Amino acid sequence: MAELDTSGGGKHKGGKIRSKKASTRVDLTAMVDLAFLLITFFMFTTTLNKPKAMDLTMPDNSVKTSQLPVAASRTMTIMLGSHNKLMWYMGEPGKTPPTVDSYGPNGLRKALIENGNQVASTHAAPDNFMIVLIKPSDKSTYENLVSALDEMNITAMKSYAIVKITPLEEGALKAQGLL
Amino acid sequence: MPRVKVARKSTAIDMTAMCDVAFLLLTFFILTAKPKIDDPSKAEVPASIKEIQVPDENVMTIAIGKQTANKTNPLFLSFSGTDVRTETLKAMGEIYKVSFTPAEINRFSNTELFGVPMNQMKNFLSTPTNDVAKFPQSGIPADTTNNNELFNWIINARKAQVGLHGKIYAIAIKGDRLQEYPVVNTVISVLEHQKQFKFDLITTLRKAAKK
Repeated sequence: MAELDTSGGGKHKGGKIRSKKASTRVDLTAMVDLAFLLITFFMFTTTLNKPKAMDLTMPDNSVKTSQLPVAASRTMTIMLGSHNKLMWYMGEPGKTPPTVDSYGPNGLRKALIENGNQVASTHAAPDNFMIVLIKPSDKSTYENLVSALDEMNITAMKSYAIVKITPLEEGALKAQGLL
Repeated sequence: MPRVKVARKSTAIDMTAMCDVAFLLLTFFILTAKPKIDDPSKAEVPASIKEIQVPDENVMTIAIGKQTANKTNPLFLSFSGTDVRTETLKAMGEIYKVSFTPAEINRFSNTELFGVPMNQMKNFLSTPTNDVAKFPQSGIPADTTNNNELFNWIINARKAQVGLHGKIYAIAIKGDRLQEYPVVNTVISVLEHQKQFKFDLITTLRKAAKK
């Protein structure tokens, strides 16, 4: 065998020289400690939940397009007032008294569904979907606006827009103490 | 009487598997890490059912903070890209006649979110990094005309983004839920003046309806 005998000689009589086998096991404790420390650090510093959003498209007011007349009876106007209350009316302002309502499933959502069905049954297809105008007053909050828009998504309204409130409508809100 | 000898077991455990898992997780977290940015706007966003993802990059966020005690409405702006921020600050410096040192420009390029008027910008950028959190950011001034600081910040940032990367920013609005509508209207009209009509309103996911 091509082994170099470096031993002093004499002791090994023809026997193989075995180098001492070192254990291959390393103490991993420190490494695991460090790994978990880093995991903890990264877990606490990252944002796992990415922000969710709702899309909003405002009408392009710079282009004057020819607008088709629509029946006023198809519109529902929602005025957002203070104290998380809103008022809505169908058709033209002043003709039907506005109803005070709240946000949520039993308030606005119910009204939207009922009015939507009514409009659908009284108008001829295909122009029988309801048009919703959302008019936030100066005392309504951003949350109110988002809730109202959210109801539009929930009830799958085809056509809705955020419109500037008129003094007449502000007056109606004031009369109910909602402005 | 012979003593019963309990065989001593070694306390060393095989940690190979644990180590593997630990490093696997570590790799995952490092690769997905996106550092939380400290949000001085403290905006508490409202809830909605929509779950549109806000893009990770190429996004400009306008944050509407909580109304402060003295009735000011802090508006904050954040847009991605350090090079874009550099260009934007230079352009804003020219408009408002403020000259910035390279150190200040560098500092601004690393600031994710800011809400200071131009006349305080130099102060803001020269505060030591540790004290930035305490700097009273009073918000970017804005109104419904098309010549105000917010308008100029947005338009210059958008110009820089198109010039440097050829991309158009997606615009997100992050508003505090109790903020009153006129402020939101101001922000929207500033964007409308720039012919930006599509935004993402950042919301949290609404919990299941209460019954």
